Amino acid sequence: MRNWNWRLISTHAILIVGVLFMSLPVWVAFATSTHSAEHILRNGLQIWPGGDFLSTYNEVLFVEGGVMKAVLGTTMLKNSLILGIGFAIGKVVISMLAAYAIVYFRFRLALPLFWIIFMTLLLPLEVRIIPSYEVVSGLGLLDTHVGLIVPLIASATGTFFFRQFFLSVPDELLEAARLDGATPWGFFIDILVPLSKTMIAAILIIMFVVGWNQYLWPLIMTTKEENYTLVIGIKQIYQILAEGGELPQYQKAFALTILATLPPVLVVLVFQNWFVKGLVESEK
Amino acid sequence: MSKVQLSNVTKTYPNGAEAVRGVDMEVESGEFIVFVGPSGCGKSTLLRMVAGLESVTDGQIQIDDRLINDVSPADRDVAMVFQNYALYPHMTVHGNMSYGLKNRGMPKQEINAKVVEAAKMLKIEDFLDRQPNQLSGGQRQRVAMGRAIVREPKVFLFDEPLSNLDAKLRVQMRIEIKRLQRRMNVTSIYVTHDQTEAMTLADRLAVINEGKIEQMGAPIELYNNPATLFVASFIGSPQINLLPAMFDGQYLSSGDLKLEGFVDLPQSKELVLGIRPDELRLSDDGQFPMRVDIVEQHGSDNLIYGAILGAEQESDEETEFCFKTSQDMLPELESNLTLGFDVDRALVFHKDTGERLR
Repeated sequence: MRNWNWRLISTHAILIVGVLFMSLPVWVAFATSTHSAEHILRNGLQIWPGGDFLSTYNEVLFVEGGVMKAVLGTTMLKNSLILGIGFAIGKVVISMLAAYAIVYFRFRLALPLFWIIFMTLLLPLEVRIIPSYEVVSGLGLLDTHVGLIVPLIASATGTFFFRQFFLSVPDELLEAARLDGATPWGFFIDILVPLSKTMIAAILIIMFVVGWNQYLWPLIMTTKEENYTLVIGIKQIYQILAEGGELPQYQKAFALTILATLPPVLVVLVFQNWFVKGLVESEK
Repeated sequence: MSKVQLSNVTKTYPNGAEAVRGVDMEVESGEFIVFVGPSGCGKSTLLRMVAGLESVTDGQIQIDDRLINDVSPADRDVAMVFQNYALYPHMTVHGNMSYGLKNRGMPKQEINAKVVEAAKMLKIEDFLDRQPNQLSGGQRQRVAMGRAIVREPKVFLFDEPLSNLDAKLRVQMRIEIKRLQRRMNVTSIYVTHDQTEAMTLADRLAVINEGKIEQMGAPIELYNNPATLFVASFIGSPQINLLPAMFDGQYLSSGDLKLEGFVDLPQSKELVLGIRPDELRLSDDGQFPMRVDIVEQHGSDNLIYGAILGAEQESDEETEFCFKTSQDMLPELESNLTLGFDVDRALVFHKDTGERLR
């Protein structure tokens, strides 16, 4: 009985330490963002919330000159959402089509092509960032949403996941659909896409978070303030802090950080059932 | 009402494997044809070639005198029922049955009418809004058939449709398929490895072995008059009893056994004597001494399995016979019986070629 108690206590102690370790920095960032600039400058990071929550967040989100010179927090939020959603949808569409071609159309180079796509996993964006920039700027797409999203949406991971999923769909479904007079598009839209819906949801969620957190590419791509995403905005606001001048607005930097983490967290919380389903279950 | 014609149909896979080697066949309008054979004999490949799911290497397939070798599956006007049903899992029963019609651009009302009519015929009208995973195996099978029926195709193709069902349901569905085919009078080709299914369903039966048709004809004709050793041993349950034998001009002999009454057989060639289990009878002056090993009571009749004493042995094991008798005959295990048979009804085959000699 005693042993059992000790084991329970020690397990919980480890879990509690883990939880604190993960969540305390986020909490400190939030608590600090609710104090005034002077208070933070004098007393450092804060563990308890202060009284300036509404005024700080209001200024960051809605007041011109609150964070950047011209752009509002809501604009950056909008830009980030466009990037996150466009990135996720683009990746899912492209990788589903690629996987569909590789699995269902028996052209001769299907397998080598798949492996070439797969190998691009080894090449991160950073490797091809200069040629990508050249192409996008040559097309005159700098500072546009299209230029921001399109170069990122090819996805080896997504193609791989969908390929594995399509391979597990019984051949008889394809044969039945062919006898039922379905065209290749018909089979894809009517049968394959509905069958993959949990898979699609899972990949959408992962990719939204990845897209939301994109840093290097938007940083290079965007030159005008009105195209900044939240992540870029955070970087800029810290730069302003470092350059000095007036009183450093630490509370706004923290507020922006909190705002930047919220949407991915919400997406995962709201869709976590779908997410888990997509990863563990396949209804066929 | 359509006829199907196969002439010299051949299938060779890219790796050189020959699945079907030159099949000629004519299926009459409204006929129920069953392809039966062991697994890997090419019967499914042949069916899938008619469906258009496999390409034809050589030869011609015609439906109603129209060459369909290169016609897409959808345009052949055939419908197929698959072994694992192949229902679209995300669609309702109604959706599954109407999908083919929708793709053909049929107006919605007409589709609805056809689906409801087919569902009534199959007694699944209460399940139209359910999804396949809410149905039992038998119900799914009905939906798969419904999907084929609503299309009103020229030809029905069945690829072992009952093998995923339990024994009782299989018999029930078998009868239902037969009834449905009679009623709709649609030309049908049915593939199975189950000889009972084959015997009971077929108007004509094609026994397929190693990519070729061994024999084709009415089921009872194949049972009574098999052309080859393969057909004789494949058709009939319990299996025909086979005994290796030689003919010396006077007796057909197997080991110590000498059987009288056979004439006009090739001498000093290896032969096989075949006797159906129900052709054997108990007789004091019979030719086969049998030691009883196992008695299976099937209800109305008993199957008695035992070694034929003195018979030539194929391998180390003794040659076993099965003897079908009525339920009141229940011999002791290890006891000896003497069995006789009617020489006129016995079959003799050439051992090497399998060809039937009498």
